[in-house]
Amino acid sequence: MGLRGDAAVVGWAEWESERKHAGVRAFQLEQWADLAASALADAGIAAHEVNGLVCCDLRESTDFVPATIAEYCGWRVNFAERVDLGGASPVGMVWRAAAAIELGLCDVVVCAVPARPRPRPTNPRGPRQDWLTTGASSNEWGSPQAEFDIPYGNIAQNAGYAMIAQRYAAEFGWDERALAKIAADQRTSANANPLAVFRDVPLSIDDVLASKVVADPIHVLEIVMPCQGGAAIVVTSRDRAASTRHRPAFVRGFGEHLAYKTHSYADDLVRTPIGPAAQQAFAMSGIFPGDIDACQLYDCYTITVLLSLEDAGFCGKGEGLEFVRRHDLSYRGDFPVNTHGGQLGMGQPGMAGGMTQVVEAIRQIQGRAGERQLRRADNVFVSGTGGIMSEQSALILQGA
Amino acid sequence: MTTTAAPQQPQPAPIVPDPTPTAQPFWDALAAGRVDLQHCAECGQWVYYPRSRCSACMSPNLVWETISGAGTLYTYTIARQPTTPAFSEAPDLVLAVVQLDEGPKLTTSLENVTEDGVRIGMRVKPYFHRAGDLTLLRYQPA
Repeated sequence: MGLRGDAAVVGWAEWESERKHAGVRAFQLEQWADLAASALADAGIAAHEVNGLVCCDLRESTDFVPATIAEYCGWRVNFAERVDLGGASPVGMVWRAAAAIELGLCDVVVCAVPARPRPRPTNPRGPRQDWLTTGASSNEWGSPQAEFDIPYGNIAQNAGYAMIAQRYAAEFGWDERALAKIAADQRTSANANPLAVFRDVPLSIDDVLASKVVADPIHVLEIVMPCQGGAAIVVTSRDRAASTRHRPAFVRGFGEHLAYKTHSYADDLVRTPIGPAAQQAFAMSGIFPGDIDACQLYDCYTITVLLSLEDAGFCGKGEGLEFVRRHDLSYRGDFPVNTHGGQLGMGQPGMAGGMTQVVEAIRQIQGRAGERQLRRADNVFVSGTGGIMSEQSALILQGA
Repeated sequence: MTTTAAPQQPQPAPIVPDPTPTAQPFWDALAAGRVDLQHCAECGQWVYYPRSRCSACMSPNLVWETISGAGTLYTYTIARQPTTPAFSEAPDLVLAVVQLDEGPKLTTSLENVTEDGVRIGMRVKPYFHRAGDLTLLRYQPA
């Protein structure tokens, strides 16, 4: 079942995470083209070879997004996909590109997620975006979120993740120092990442615990910092990958799982969708958790990392706190997790946040991680998380 | 953690939903001080939130039945910062997920609780919160 492992990520581009973009503002369509051009150049693939694209949303267009991008970039594509999985989208983009290539639909696919601010309109028009006031929930009439969740104040991410953490604590116990250690270990890696927003700011466990509680039990320093940035990758066939500039990262396995939008309706809030997703990815690849050299785990909150370690099978259920206490998760450690600092250390450039995990996996496989390069990075596990851990994707990349 | 007494009078609900036709019986029941839940005539599943088809078997044969509304606190958090500007007048809102005795879970918030008195697994009962023309289904300790 699944992929043969005949498609590979061969190039990437990643913009620095910035609290506020310092350069000239460009439309997201322009950002898409800039990122795509850089990633193609990185791979050594010409623009005219592109015959597939995968995107998320685009601020300039609510609909017809892939066609708008193809037209703008001057591409003729046989495969065009728009992924709508929140923070799980970047991982979802990679496997969709690989699957299309293995089906023979196309052989060069660009996936990009721009997340820098756009120019301000001189004549603002249109309604204020709903999600600014009601989180990622839809307040449209007829939306279940509008009728049954938003009226109770159950909105946005912090409270949802906090309720997952509270439930975890009730079932398995709690150790706030272990959770804080996740942020601190990752910060050690961020301090070695020149693109990270916190590259110059060290962080200790005590710093995390001294920060204010936003929603019990989550401290503000256990939450990602919203940033601006963007990233793109190029996926191609085994044949075309043979003549690219860097070591290809083959897409050996993937999985994806979702069953609800609002966490209230989860069957079990602490056995998360990354479980079935990772199980499928490992089964497809023939690679086991013990074969993995590094994990790039979507880390909107520290609790996300804890649950992903358990549910993806890197430790037993309920053993995550002990696992974190026992291992150094930094790039210098015995179990490297989020060697770029994660989004907790690098910053979360909007929807491109999940792409930081994908790019770091490729960077490590290609031996291009500089100071934080791992001695061995052949098999890398990547996870993506959308919503309140309600939609998750897993990816296994292998250098060859 | 400090113990703060919850306000005696609940804040007015800052966001009042616009009921859909499918869910109107649910809202009508709340206004009358009852909790009505859909029950599937085909497979026996209890369904929340209200739907046009069963969430277990997709049958359209859903029947409204009155339940006690009693349940168990599945999880909660205390929002130290408002989750959205509309709730800025409701500090330290106790957001919750309650599991009804019939099985389904629902999004709600707690009233008449102190911080130290909230426990996951505690028994809770409905707190009918009148908000304009509508009644919200909030919860309180049983």
